[in-house]
Amino acid sequence: MKNEFQVIADLIEKDKKVLDVGCADGTLMKFLKDNKNINIRGLEISKEKVQECIAKGLTVIEGNAEKDLKQFPDKSFDYVVLSQTLQAFLNPELVLKELLRVGKKAIVTIPNFGYWKVRFHLLFKGTMPITKTLPDEWYNTPNLHMCTIKDFFHFVKSKDIKIFKSLALNNLNTSIINETNLGVKNLFADLGIFLIEK
Amino acid sequence: MNTEKNIKTLIVKKPLKLDCGKTIKDFPIAYETYGSLNSKKDNAILIFHALTGDQFVTGINPATNKEGWWSYAVGPDKAIDTNKYFVICSNVIGGCMGSYGPSHKDPDQKIFGTNFPVITINDMVNAQYNLLDHFGIDKLFSITGGSMGGMQVLQFISNFPDKSKTVIPIATTSSHSAQNIAFNELGRQAITADSNWKDGNYTSKDTNPGKGLAVARMAAHITYLSKKGLQEKFGRKLQEREDLKFGFDADFQIESYLRYQGSVFVDRFDANSYLYITRAMDYFDLAKQFRGNLSEAFINTKAKFFIISFTSDWLYPTQENKDIVIALNSIGADVGFVEIESDKGHDSFLLDVPDFLNALKNFLDKSYEEN
Repeated sequence: MKNEFQVIADLIEKDKKVLDVGCADGTLMKFLKDNKNINIRGLEISKEKVQECIAKGLTVIEGNAEKDLKQFPDKSFDYVVLSQTLQAFLNPELVLKELLRVGKKAIVTIPNFGYWKVRFHLLFKGTMPITKTLPDEWYNTPNLHMCTIKDFFHFVKSKDIKIFKSLALNNLNTSIINETNLGVKNLFADLGIFLIEK
Repeated sequence: MNTEKNIKTLIVKKPLKLDCGKTIKDFPIAYETYGSLNSKKDNAILIFHALTGDQFVTGINPATNKEGWWSYAVGPDKAIDTNKYFVICSNVIGGCMGSYGPSHKDPDQKIFGTNFPVITINDMVNAQYNLLDHFGIDKLFSITGGSMGGMQVLQFISNFPDKSKTVIPIATTSSHSAQNIAFNELGRQAITADSNWKDGNYTSKDTNPGKGLAVARMAAHITYLSKKGLQEKFGRKLQEREDLKFGFDADFQIESYLRYQGSVFVDRFDANSYLYITRAMDYFDLAKQFRGNLSEAFINTKAKFFIISFTSDWLYPTQENKDIVIALNSIGADVGFVEIESDKGHDSFLLDVPDFLNALKNFLDKSYEEN
């Protein structure tokens, strides 16, 4: 399992109720279910991925986070997870609001557009950056609203969203992000993981 | 119509109060089983049939000598694997394959016809509940069915919230729409407009409203398919002729196909049963039973739900299936949902649609492993 999922799993206590928004093939869900006795549900837009989840014995609802989160009552999950998907929504602000309504806490991970390799790519090659976390070309990327760790950090602060933990990931290294090291982490992490609450 | 020696029957002694106010007792429920019940009695699946189905789910139906209606899904090593599970299916009351219905005789030995009480989906599942006692099953592993079968699934788990571990409504609705009622009314009108219907007393007058019933079936059959499916299968292809005949015979293959569907249906189905069962579907409105709040119907169950719809089903469209998902999510129930891509219309659940059959199999087998 990728390091990102291990870090997410470490943020969640045992026996909790969790919703994985954009759960893909259910890798994270299966891990949480098997290892932490998590009561987990998934929401996934792709029919093929939904089938893969069902084959793993996972409870998944085929649906679109931008439309279908509204059916869940307020604070009906202990945690709502959104892994590397926020930038792909038409209205990320609305989705974030919904995550924080449905979940007591939310775990949001974002591919960092401020990562030095991304900056280097654009600066020297002059073409849209392609990295491990951003593998698509400009014309076929699902990403509509790219942001940096710094952008997201400032955004949640401005919305009075509480940050319980913010972590920077670079390959296998995980470190804590705070106000003072934000600039450095924004340069050297390719992924940001935020545990937040409204 | 009935090859009675092949029909297993349970006589329900206990009186059953129907929604219409009448009470029935000592009435027959015709059923069939497949596979075997294990010693823990935890592997039973109760299947509910749709409008024109019966208890003969799979294998050769002894009454028609054709494959059972859900042969693609049910059988050894199939999605509902009868090597593993004990499958029970019974004919609904109001039906015509052995269960208590309008072709039966009243206490005065007169055929009921339209004097048979109007029955509801609720009455159907309350009658079928007696099968659990009959087999000594405390809790079913699963209940499932498509279309009207799905309505019975929803009503059953609402009435008996702790009697099934898993619940699989397929291509169904919690409330019959105006369009659904309209199509059913069209079918009923076709039957009652046939001069051989004789106010429902056709059997004693030795006639049969076959023309009316065939038209009802033809109209309904169109609603089970999709425009795309019809176009691809038939298009404007002509029936065994080189050119149009400038008359009213079946020039087009689609006409011939529908006529055939109508004629074979008449051989196996009772016109009055068609009236009664379509009426039961029209009266179905689960939310109304709970003051308009569908979630209340499921508030007492801990069962695991899996709801399935089909992209090209315009009779029980995805949105109506999703409304059930939404009602379940709003009370935090355990519910999964998938919409299967298929251009075979409402009938998709009866046909060889691999994505559907795989999802059904995976859900059942994985849920059973967790038992």
